[in-house]
Amino acid sequence: MRMHIMETEKHIQRLHERLAYIRDIFADKDEPDISLLAAALEKHLLRSPSLNPVELREAASVLEELFAFTERKLDRELIPMDLVRIVRHPQRVCLRDILENVYDSYTEIGSMDEHSIDPSMVIARAYITRSRGKRSFNQSVMIIGHEKGHGEDFRNGGSAKPWGNAKALHYMKVAETENIPIHTFVFTPGSYPVEDTPGAAQQIAANIYEMASLRVPVISVISEGGSGGAEAIALADRRLMLSHGYYSVISPEGAAAIEGRLRGDGRAANDLVEACAKRMKITAADNLRMGYVDHVVPEPHLGARPFHYDFFRTLRHELLRVTDEISISMRSLGPFRELRLRGRRKRAARGLDFEKAYVRWNLPPSAQIRLVNRRHKKYRQLSRQAAPDNTPLSRRVSAVWQEVGWGLYSHFMRDMIQKRRQKVAEYVDEVKSEWTLFFERVLSPWNRLLDKILGASERVNRETMRKLTELSEWNVSLEQRGGNWVYVSARAREDRAVSCPNAQVHGCLDLWAPDLYGEFAGVCPNCGHHFPMEYQWYLHNVFDQGSIFEFAADVECGNPLEMENFTPKLEEAKKKTGHKSACMVFETRIHDARLIVAMLIGDFRGGTVGAAEGEKFIRAAERAARKRVPFLAYVHGTAGIRIQEGTNGLIQMPRCTMAVRRYIDAGGLYIVCYDTNSYAGPVASFLGCSPYQFGIRSANVGFAGPGVIAETTGMAPPPHYHNVYKALARGHIQGIWDRREMRFNLSRALLTMGGRNLYYR
Amino acid sequence: MLDISALLEELKRSPYEEISIRAPHCGRIGFSPALKEGMAVYGPQGEFKEKAGTLLAHIERERNLKEVSCPERGEIIAVHRDLHEKFVEAGTELVRLRHFLSRPEAEKRILQKALHLFLAPERARYYFVPSKDIKIKTAGPRSVSVRDGEEVFIMSRMKRETPLQYNGPDGVIYAVYFSHAASVESFTPLIGVCPPDMLAQVEEVVLRVQTEWKERY
Repeated sequence: MRMHIMETEKHIQRLHERLAYIRDIFADKDEPDISLLAAALEKHLLRSPSLNPVELREAASVLEELFAFTERKLDRELIPMDLVRIVRHPQRVCLRDILENVYDSYTEIGSMDEHSIDPSMVIARAYITRSRGKRSFNQSVMIIGHEKGHGEDFRNGGSAKPWGNAKALHYMKVAETENIPIHTFVFTPGSYPVEDTPGAAQQIAANIYEMASLRVPVISVISEGGSGGAEAIALADRRLMLSHGYYSVISPEGAAAIEGRLRGDGRAANDLVEACAKRMKITAADNLRMGYVDHVVPEPHLGARPFHYDFFRTLRHELLRVTDEISISMRSLGPFRELRLRGRRKRAARGLDFEKAYVRWNLPPSAQIRLVNRRHKKYRQLSRQAAPDNTPLSRRVSAVWQEVGWGLYSHFMRDMIQKRRQKVAEYVDEVKSEWTLFFERVLSPWNRLLDKILGASERVNRETMRKLTELSEWNVSLEQRGGNWVYVSARAREDRAVSCPNAQVHGCLDLWAPDLYGEFAGVCPNCGHHFPMEYQWYLHNVFDQGSIFEFAADVECGNPLEMENFTPKLEEAKKKTGHKSACMVFETRIHDARLIVAMLIGDFRGGTVGAAEGEKFIRAAERAARKRVPFLAYVHGTAGIRIQEGTNGLIQMPRCTMAVRRYIDAGGLYIVCYDTNSYAGPVASFLGCSPYQFGIRSANVGFAGPGVIAETTGMAPPPHYHNVYKALARGHIQGIWDRREMRFNLSRALLTMGGRNLYYR
Repeated sequence: MLDISALLEELKRSPYEEISIRAPHCGRIGFSPALKEGMAVYGPQGEFKEKAGTLLAHIERERNLKEVSCPERGEIIAVHRDLHEKFVEAGTELVRLRHFLSRPEAEKRILQKALHLFLAPERARYYFVPSKDIKIKTAGPRSVSVRDGEEVFIMSRMKRETPLQYNGPDGVIYAVYFSHAASVESFTPLIGVCPPDMLAQVEEVVLRVQTEWKERY
């Protein structure tokens, strides 16, 4: 009897928790269904003392059914913002729950609650036991994921710090060495935006770059996919998404703050936040439709919580299915691969028990190469629909022929002829050096005698003597051109004075605009502060005159999510700049060395990157690889990924990074040069992954702006936190260039840092 | 002998300093419309003083408009409105501000006059010699007296340690201005020394400042 009462009380307690959860999810909205549930529960509590055990059980059962029915009904009415509240709720399943319930055994690596380098990133080695006939097998997996820990403070809400992401990368490499698959679980609202070494942006970029070519299957499961923080571990061969999760470029609150033009402590109205969440298409269904996730894992009504054991079974089933599929599709012999997969899918539909259908997960070397190629191909295909290409058909056809031609030419000239020629040249060099050595030895007695008679100083070359004794001349073709710039900013025509922002510290005098923007090229002659200049200044003064040939100019940025009022803003930007997107890609020359440049234009919507910009960047990298020429990313300015394009923009992070990876792996030289302000997604992916990153003096490079850092971390960053000198000191960039010497420095960089396939000299 | 009580009384009679805000260079002045006498204004704010103080005026020279903001908090006592929209020479007074001293500022002023400050000769790390260090740690700095020419500090620079003698009047260490393992810039105070006969008086005045001083703004 006592036992029975206890059970009933527990049951009532659970119903109370469910009701509180429902209220949290619907943010205390005045839903009649919720009021009905509350009233029914209240009534049951009042009635229960007068009921006998049988009646009590019946009443409890009726109440349980009412709850289940209402949850089902409410689940159908969920709006995107409700999903955001679901994934952020402390009762939401977390990685620990998954480790406990999906895998048969696991060992956490490098963490025990708060005792970890970053408790928001959990790494574990786990295994799943499966059988084939009477034999059972333990299949090892590397688990990497964000841990929210049901609201534990030290977990930081799943916001991984840079060193947490570094740890994740380390164990991805370990998994690669051990040839075991990786399962990543994305439960993060975003990365923790601090620049402390290794730096949020730089580390995410490193993660994406390495994950692009990991030689083991990677499967990611997304519950809360918040922007760059998610991308740090979400690049995968198969992406699963929980049905009540969200995957977005920015939090709905952040989007609403931008939409509502709020600054500082201002909070956007709830209606606007909800509207933004809806417009950005962040749900699992939206992302599946757009192709950014491969499969949606169904969750119980109103989202999975730790007591939903059926959900864990489903998730395990899905993980087994997907990992098996990847393994089979990579391992099997070509002609049988598709047959085997199709047969397996049929059997799965008939209820194949994956627990009893063991498949090897380790891949032989040939399958590993196939896996990486397939991954690159998959990402290359994404988001193409979001960037309309208005190039006429005739030009497209001719471009295809050209590409084929370049490919063949490069292969013939570079890979076949040049390699042999190089070998011959090396052989001739060696013979020459030997001969010179021999000749010097033979002539050495005679030379010594000549030195004694004439004196060693007499034999110094006249040219050398002139160089050593005369003042050096200004080389107008190199370095600063003596202030005679080909392009002069329109601001130099204004008759006004300009103050240097460092005037108070360095005592800089006011500068006359024609001097500053003309001869001085926007550089304060006293302290060296670089005032922002137009991108045209670089186009004309850095590269050889008349050498710029733009391509892919007709790839146009659009409004793929049909965001309200965004199309007119885009049109305005296009009209203002004369460009169809924020990225201009062109072929050019510098001191006759050919190179391909992708330039992000800060004047076009802040240089934000969307599907069109990503597509153009990828085409530029591919063209550079095909033509075997260096590739420069000149960032005139970028504010990050274009939030109005949602995940269409976010997916450019892995897409473009993979293009860069392909290019570098093929032997290319990829240089990045940051000017003015460069922040967020692009820096945390395809720009930050370059081994050679340079900043123009006075530029700012970072992950999140000061406002976002202060809001997220609760600490205001010190002044000049993102300045290139700080970035250099932290090891994020490799050098700082004076704007006036960019042509010289870039030319020197091309000559000194070359890959094996570059023939630019 | 310095009369510290009189010093405090004097400070109490005029618990502020007047700051004259002048034109940084020549140009046409435009005062902020909200600016008026008696108005409370603020100096630079934020953890790193990154937010400028209250906007007082604009000065324009060669079509270059600059802001003149308030360097300290306080109260406006005079605004030279007659200069509004007029060309002024560099150094012309624009606004006069009364900055009321805060408690630490008042205390610092008194101590600066009452104590002998011993300055760091070089940029280095400084430590007390072990005998003084133990005494300071156990009984506080005021239990330690120093004499002219006595070895009181160890100057540590580039891992080389050099003994440093104290030069100045004999007395007790009233205040220590440096901390362990922190680098000290040259010519910044290391210690404040108080003659023994004035110690009680200084302590009393500091106590009075801490309890009686009324802060405004």
